[in-house]
Amino acid sequence: MTDGVREITYRDAVREAIREALLADQHVFLMGEDVGRYGGCYAVTKGLLDEFGPDRIRDTPLSESAFVGAGIGAALGGMRPIVEIMTVNFSLLALDQIVNNAATIRHMSGGQFEVPVVIRMATGAGRQLAAQHSHSLEGWYAHIPGLKVVTPATLEDARFMLAAALADPNPVLIFEHVMLYNRSGVLSADARPVDIRSAIVRRPGKHVTLVTYGGTLFKTLDAAETLAKEGVEAEVVDLRVLRPLDGETLLASVRKTRRAVIVDEGWRSGSLSAEISARIMEGAFWELDTPVGRVCSAEVPIPYPHHLEEAALPQPAAIVAAAKAALGA
Amino acid sequence: MPSLGADMEAGTLVEWLKRPGDRVKRGDIVAVVETQKGAIEVDIFEEGVIERWLVEPGTTVPVGTPLALIAGTQPAPAAEVSEVAAVPAAPTPMAPSSVEPPPAAGRARVSPAARRLAAERGVSLDRLTGSGPGGAIVSADIERAAAGGGPRPTVPKRLDLAEMRRAIAAAMARSKREIPHYYLNTTVDLTRSLAWIEAANATRPPAQRLLLAALLLKAVALALGEAPEFNGFFTAEGFQPGAGIHLGTAIAIRGGGLVAPAIRDADKLSLDDLMAQLRDLVARARSGALRSSELSDPTITVTNLGERSVETVFGVIYPPQVALVGFGMPVERPWVDSGEVVARRVLTATLAADHRASDGHRGALFLADINHRLQSPETL
Repeated sequence: MTDGVREITYRDAVREAIREALLADQHVFLMGEDVGRYGGCYAVTKGLLDEFGPDRIRDTPLSESAFVGAGIGAALGGMRPIVEIMTVNFSLLALDQIVNNAATIRHMSGGQFEVPVVIRMATGAGRQLAAQHSHSLEGWYAHIPGLKVVTPATLEDARFMLAAALADPNPVLIFEHVMLYNRSGVLSADARPVDIRSAIVRRPGKHVTLVTYGGTLFKTLDAAETLAKEGVEAEVVDLRVLRPLDGETLLASVRKTRRAVIVDEGWRSGSLSAEISARIMEGAFWELDTPVGRVCSAEVPIPYPHHLEEAALPQPAAIVAAAKAALGA
Repeated sequence: MPSLGADMEAGTLVEWLKRPGDRVKRGDIVAVVETQKGAIEVDIFEEGVIERWLVEPGTTVPVGTPLALIAGTQPAPAAEVSEVAAVPAAPTPMAPSSVEPPPAAGRARVSPAARRLAAERGVSLDRLTGSGPGGAIVSADIERAAAGGGPRPTVPKRLDLAEMRRAIAAAMARSKREIPHYYLNTTVDLTRSLAWIEAANATRPPAQRLLLAALLLKAVALALGEAPEFNGFFTAEGFQPGAGIHLGTAIAIRGGGLVAPAIRDADKLSLDDLMAQLRDLVARARSGALRSSELSDPTITVTNLGERSVETVFGVIYPPQVALVGFGMPVERPWVDSGEVVARRVLTATLAADHRASDGHRGALFLADINHRLQSPETL
């Protein structure tokens, strides 16, 4: 470790963000299944119970509907709750609270009530947790007006998106891909707060735009590296925020490269990738040289066996092939 | 796009040598086309003013595709005539009439970006070759066309020997596969021809002197007038006589390779003109600057290996031609003349002919006629 630079994991970055929020604002507290004594099923909250005590780090019963509803109530009451749900699959038990309450109350109350709840949940496959723990349903939440949906993929976003989410008066859902927790890297000490409004170009290029977010960002960057060796300069756009979508950054890139391939671990039918494709058609049809391509998960429940799980997910080779197809190569 | 050989299906326009507005006449060289035989200059058969180009440099188009629109051979089209309407009405000055235009294609694949860019830059989408998926025209193709072809990554040099070797391989393999050759030879006493040349050259400056090759070519051309079954092409419909007598003259290329550009209507040329054309052809063949018409239509090939110190040529016919006349080296040999053995300079003339188009008897008469004409050089 040298001055101003240190190597941490994505997990560490999320924990630091939670700790910073707890220290900064007495209204912030964390609750969820096994977040206290066990330290979180992905060990994100390890040690926080000892530091902040059971009033602020609260283990909950195994009832997503109950503790998410409690979080919404606390937010209505002036608190700034951080609610952790083990995986997006389990969040379906709390859909009523999230969609019918959190997302609607500000609108239905004519702006009299705000719901500044932050709900964190793990998403995605790759750890052999089988179909009931491995799906990528963040695109569903991106369908709901009244919610904000963010997908931190980098250390900086893992470290700083939470503060922006807590500062927002509306419910914000943070999706943390399970394969990112162990990713380590260098976080600059002068890294600055980030917004939860904009997409960002993670790698500039001019031949094809690869649009992705979350768990597939690094697979896509790997694919871009492979393409570069073959003379194809792929531009990688990290959406970061799935709702509201930053169409400006997306379309600016596509207008430049004239080709787009969307990489999404979600299934393709009725999906976020379909929405992005439609946005490109609406906003950049006359700039396109080729149809928008997609690399998505196979339309099966994510399998348990490792080789089948890998086969079901978007992989760099498929991304490379889709980019080349868009180039007619 | 002229056909520059029986096996040619498409060619790439390398550069335009005339611009829209330039006046052209028959024989002018208007463009350079890249083919398997190297870069070929395209000469024009029409008179008029180039109205516009229809094919941009760097574009590969099928044989028979109109390359440019020439005004002057018909009333100028009205200014309002749309581009689409003007194309079918355009004369096809450089396309041999026997070559069909490419089939009417379905709607071309043009990307939205390319379509808009083409409209902005005024680039015609007709005849552009797409580089996108499935051959779609994409914006980069328009930019390249708008930039006047631009530097393509792989513009071949004028003479691509490897490509030429492939072309020769294809033509010769086809010849041996399809053509039932028969071979005849006769020995020609050159005494009279050589004496005649010596006398004719005595008063000429070196640059205008005749070579024996000119007499040999002229004798072949005149003999073909009496033996049309050796002058033409064998196609699916059988033998088709040539429209004129265009002698393909085999010229070796330094470094390997071979071309046989035509001396057109050789039977009608004076010996001086024939000699001048032969000199010009050899020089240009070796620098890779042949014209389209010279490669497109030889009706027979003549191979002269005399300077290579061989006596006899056993030729391989260049399809779809039906005959090849070969001449060996003039050599001094004992010769019987009026019952006495004398030293004479003689040469072996051979005929390789397609038995589908002619028989040995006619071949023998043809070869004998060549010999006969060389005995009366003053009539050549």
